[in-house]
Amino acid sequence: MDIHEYQAKEILSSFGVTIPRGGIVYSPETAENKAREIGGSRWVVKAQIHSGARGKAGGIIICNTPLEVAQATDKLLGKKLVTNQTGPEGKIVNRIYIEEATDIEKELYLGLVFDRSSESIMVVASTEGGMSVEEIAKDKPDSIIRSKIEVAVGIQNFQARELAFGLGIEPELIRRASETIVGCAKAFSELDATMVEVNPLVISKQKQILALDCKMSFDNNAMFRRDKVSELRDKTQEDEKEVYASDRGLNYVSLDGNIGNIINGAGLAMASMDMIKLAGGEPANFLDVGGGATPEKIVKAFKLITMDKKVKVILVNIFAGINRCDWVAEGIVQALEKIEINVPLVIRLAGTNVEKGNKILQDSKLDYIEADTLEDAANKAVAALK
Amino acid sequence: MTVFIDKDTKILIQGFTGKMGTFHAEEMIKYGSNLVGGVTPGKGGQKHLDRPVFNTVKDAVKHTGATASILFVPPAFAADSAMEAADAGIKTCVAIVDGIPSHDMIRIKRYMRRYSRTEKMTLVGPNCAGIISPGKSMLGIMPGHIYQEGRVGIISRSGTLGYEAAQQLKNLNIGVSTSVGIGGDPINGSSFRDIIEKFETDDETDAILMIGEIGGPQEVAAGEFAKENMKKPIIGYIAGLTAPKGRVMGHAGAIVSAYGESAVEKVELLKECGVTISKNPSVMGETVKQVLSN
Repeated sequence: MDIHEYQAKEILSSFGVTIPRGGIVYSPETAENKAREIGGSRWVVKAQIHSGARGKAGGIIICNTPLEVAQATDKLLGKKLVTNQTGPEGKIVNRIYIEEATDIEKELYLGLVFDRSSESIMVVASTEGGMSVEEIAKDKPDSIIRSKIEVAVGIQNFQARELAFGLGIEPELIRRASETIVGCAKAFSELDATMVEVNPLVISKQKQILALDCKMSFDNNAMFRRDKVSELRDKTQEDEKEVYASDRGLNYVSLDGNIGNIINGAGLAMASMDMIKLAGGEPANFLDVGGGATPEKIVKAFKLITMDKKVKVILVNIFAGINRCDWVAEGIVQALEKIEINVPLVIRLAGTNVEKGNKILQDSKLDYIEADTLEDAANKAVAALK
Repeated sequence: MTVFIDKDTKILIQGFTGKMGTFHAEEMIKYGSNLVGGVTPGKGGQKHLDRPVFNTVKDAVKHTGATASILFVPPAFAADSAMEAADAGIKTCVAIVDGIPSHDMIRIKRYMRRYSRTEKMTLVGPNCAGIISPGKSMLGIMPGHIYQEGRVGIISRSGTLGYEAAQQLKNLNIGVSTSVGIGGDPINGSSFRDIIEKFETDDETDAILMIGEIGGPQEVAAGEFAKENMKKPIIGYIAGLTAPKGRVMGHAGAIVSAYGESAVEKVELLKECGVTISKNPSVMGETVKQVLSN
């Protein structure tokens, strides 16, 4: 789960990280007052969307008067911002963060992630702040320093100090820099985060160490014990169909193609999408109804796929194990009594009682194309487009 | 002896009396697994499915001599249960449960470092289908009858894609020595490398089918290990050619976030390691057949 910049800043601030003065607004009317309340003589108006690279997309505006702050807020609110991370449909701006502008002396990068090779938490830092970590890794790989956290004891002060010295921070700021790094590491561990990124972490002309932009992501599997974090979810930043799916226990990812998929199991779903591509088609979605493929889940899956207007063919691929094919077939027949489908439907069943399952489908009034193997299913789905 | 489990391996169910535990316990008994009892804290002393229930894994191990266990406990309690199994002397533990937080998985793995290599438990999963040695024993939730007895080892992150492979092999009259589902989570108990290493020393396995997917470094790490250390041929397939970067594809671990984690890159890197690649998921069985006939 992702959260907004201002939410990440509030969290990190509670872990001892210094952030510039700022506040959130939802309307231009309140923006002018908020700027006065924050104080200072220059402000940064920042569109809150779940994406990086907002600056290049026009989502960050520097203002010199409270009136300009109100105008910038008015310009951004309600707008769809398209960045290189949002896809062409962009993301809606419903919240604006107003922040006192910072006089920057130096920009650094600080990030924490799970390192899947060493199965530990890795701190990544670089003197090249402001660029994305991918760009840093490509253009300035020598600037990157890393430190592995031993989860049993958490980050140690010496590790934070080593990182801070490694970033070339001047001696009188080392203590504050170390506290900042330790704070981020504690937030990561204590809140079940999967990513914390402060980019840039800046040293201001006034010799403060400030988190200028922050990003945090959290482990969806841990939300059962993170009530406060899960309250920060902003569904307006997620794809409408993906929200519908996740609320109903389906794993769904919206894609650009026109062949809709209903499949059980994530691996089999990816494999089916691959077969569609190889057959010359493009999948409209990834959809895993779960290993069991219960009739309830199949009904929900058909509802979801038919919401997607791009879909011109639907491909159902179920490998029935303990839940036999005959039972799955009955589920499909029942689902299609409730939901009307106006596009060709290809069904491939495999596994336990496949003959019985296919017989049930054949004997029903269902208008569909039967497929045998994975390859056959993909070929027939692509052929049905024409 | 087969890797991990054979006909005599004594098996415990953790979370025995729950709905999931009961259902799959019955399936495992039907398959012929030697299920000797189970654990549900607070229900010790009762009988369930004609087998004893214990309060703790230690009690269960003491009274039954069990060396393997399978977890059907909710995600919030799964880490605790896995560590309990490790401490009670269980040798092979399968965690079926989907939804264990990654921070918990790291904690389990650090905890297990306190045991020496010889007494350390092998944890398989979470979010997996488990282990089956066809005709001998099933420590998992797979449909047992799709696996023919034979000499090919299967390792898969995905459950259903592993079934698909077993079915393709069966259709070609090729059997399986042992199939291991290692699960779709970013941090798991056993990696591809851990399992292929076991298959290399298993005299009932001639070749290994490794079914991976996008995300993480494990497939390539296994390939690199195999290149240096293995004689048995490996056939590989990587799912997720069409998966967009930065999106989680169902499995929490199926996300491309670094170089070498996309399907195309993994395929290239595995080829360099001498792994024979199945060009699409429909020909996994045929590719194994070709390699076996060489």
